[in-house]
Amino acid sequence: MTAFALTLGPTWYWYFTRGTGIVALLLLTAVMVLGILGPLRVSSPRWPRFAVETLHRDLSLLAILLIIAHVVTTVLDGYAPIGLINAIIPFDSPYRTLWLGLGTVAFDLMLALVITSLLRRRIGHGSWRFIHWLAYASWPIAVLHGIGTGSDAAAWWFVAITAVCVLAVAGAGMIRVGRAIGLAGGWRTTAVIATIAIPVGAVIFTIVGPLAPRWAARAGTPSNLMDQK
Amino acid sequence: MSAPAGLPRLLAGVGAGMESSAGHQRRHGPLPTLSTTGLIEVVERSGLRGRGGADFPTAAKLRAVAARRKVSAVVVNGSETEPASRKDVTLLEHVPHLVLDGAILCAHTVQADSVFVRMSARAGAAIDSVETAIAERAAGETPIALVVGPDGYVGGEETAVIHQLESGIAKPTYTPPRPYEKGYRNRPTLIQNAETLAQIALIARYGPAWYRQLGTDEDPGSTLLTVSGAVAKPGVYELSFGTPLHQLIDAVGGPSEPLQAVLVGGYFGNWLSIEDAWHTRLARESLREHGASLGAGVLVALPARASGLAECARIASYLADQSAGQCGPCIHGLRAIADGVQELADGTASAGTLERVRRWCGEVDGRGACHHPNGAARFVLSSLRVFSHELAAGEPASRRRRQAV
Amino acid sequence: MKIAVNPIACEGHGMCVELLPELIRLDDWGYPVIELERVPRRLDGLARRAADVCPTLALLLVEE
Repeated sequence: MTAFALTLGPTWYWYFTRGTGIVALLLLTAVMVLGILGPLRVSSPRWPRFAVETLHRDLSLLAILLIIAHVVTTVLDGYAPIGLINAIIPFDSPYRTLWLGLGTVAFDLMLALVITSLLRRRIGHGSWRFIHWLAYASWPIAVLHGIGTGSDAAAWWFVAITAVCVLAVAGAGMIRVGRAIGLAGGWRTTAVIATIAIPVGAVIFTIVGPLAPRWAARAGTPSNLMDQK
Repeated sequence: MSAPAGLPRLLAGVGAGMESSAGHQRRHGPLPTLSTTGLIEVVERSGLRGRGGADFPTAAKLRAVAARRKVSAVVVNGSETEPASRKDVTLLEHVPHLVLDGAILCAHTVQADSVFVRMSARAGAAIDSVETAIAERAAGETPIALVVGPDGYVGGEETAVIHQLESGIAKPTYTPPRPYEKGYRNRPTLIQNAETLAQIALIARYGPAWYRQLGTDEDPGSTLLTVSGAVAKPGVYELSFGTPLHQLIDAVGGPSEPLQAVLVGGYFGNWLSIEDAWHTRLARESLREHGASLGAGVLVALPARASGLAECARIASYLADQSAGQCGPCIHGLRAIADGVQELADGTASAGTLERVRRWCGEVDGRGACHHPNGAARFVLSSLRVFSHELAAGEPASRRRRQAV
Repeated sequence: MKIAVNPIACEGHGMCVELLPELIRLDDWGYPVIELERVPRRLDGLARRAADVCPTLALLLVEE
């Protein structure tokens, strides 16, 4: 596998994994926005409720496929010491251990979300709903993974894409909290704090992280790969 | 021990130490032993029907549960959440051993592991009475446990009782499956009204022929009634089926003032105008002619000087508040109906209100997980029919003195 | 095949009405009223889709 990779050169896989990662982020952001606004009964004559719901589900399946491609190409590319096991077990790779591990965590959570959704009838609505709240954890973790792991994290276009995604979800979150659908007092406060804290946190993190000097070293890139960056 | 001649039967010996096991056995003798099919046979021949309001043939229910394996429990439904009813609490306070006998006999028949007695907090002294009685039961009998739950109206429904036993939440669950298929701990469960079980205890001792000595062929036996409202001596009475209603009113001391209507069957029931009531008997056919049924044996007498619509509005609002809050049509529909009836009673209703309220009653019927919206709709439609003269007169109820019933 | 609504699970999202307007309508408060219980053959697929898309699994299919 590594020999094959070296023959092709790391570039093809590396572009592919970065590309699929970014597109997956956009898709997941769309899935989150649809999921957050869905219970507010958003619909139009051309987009009835069942269509919005179906889009939410279909985009999430597409995102999972892209993430699988993202993971596989990362593993196939021999550039960084990332193995297939790191797709499931987090914080095990020496490459930017924390930030990569977050991606693994996000992927694990997404797998749980998709599998429980496919088995919804078996496990019943109550259990399904409980697990589905993990979506609110998996998306921010995925965003942090993108900012911390991605080699393009400092590039202006990546910052712009991430900013749009974060604003979209934060905006949807504020609309939802504003309409107070099914949120008890304590949870409501938590949601308000989260919708403000996460974008602010992401901004601060980006400034002191990827946009500040020597991020690659601080993120945990193994030294043998450092001079190639 | 001797079979009660005439009345009272359930309330025989009350006031002479029937609360204790010794007193109970002095009057009725020890717990009889019957084969598992034996009890079902005598109950069937007696023609006993459930006294919790559904009026279901008791033998059929026993048979349905006895046919199943691994029955988890027999539940005594003594919740009596109907505000105008006190018969079950009366039985549980004064003749608890009669009720418990019935439960134990059923437990043997369906081979249940345990017996639960569900009561409400408002039962007061009856709770202590049952606790004492349980402690007096013979060792080796099916274990009995007392569970006290909330007073909320919907808590008395069968699935709500089971739900409360399992999780403490006294709210109905979606059916199917019904408790006789999957109830307590997901196993078949026999749940019976307290009075039904007391009747079973008597039938097991004195036989179906004795039971049928009172009442009629179609409605055999005696029944407990809670009579309240504008009567001289409101309370719990035991009467034979078939008794004419005017005789019943006499038995409770007669009206305390001129009457205009009688509510039959409690808050889920129907009104009978006093003219209709006078010729009606305590029998299913006779009541059905006027669209009414006895329900859990509740009768409320409405005086002529009160406003039937105002009373309806008060009860409709209560029923709306008592919704378990699980089903959209019940939550929204009953509140809309209650508000509409209040406007009709106050004389502030607009042109389409009456039609809207009638339409909503039809619309909520059968669309909840339990019968709460059905009963409320039936009650309101009956009120609008019997008190239609109040609508035509246009006289706001606020101008009349209101009688709290 | 028949359709039924579990009224406890139902939250009135209304997707079933969008897919099966021939069988279901909404009441004054946004909750489904089943006008026709038995599903005509030609609507079988839509009925299955409606039961699948319901966010709370409140629309039930009862095979006969």
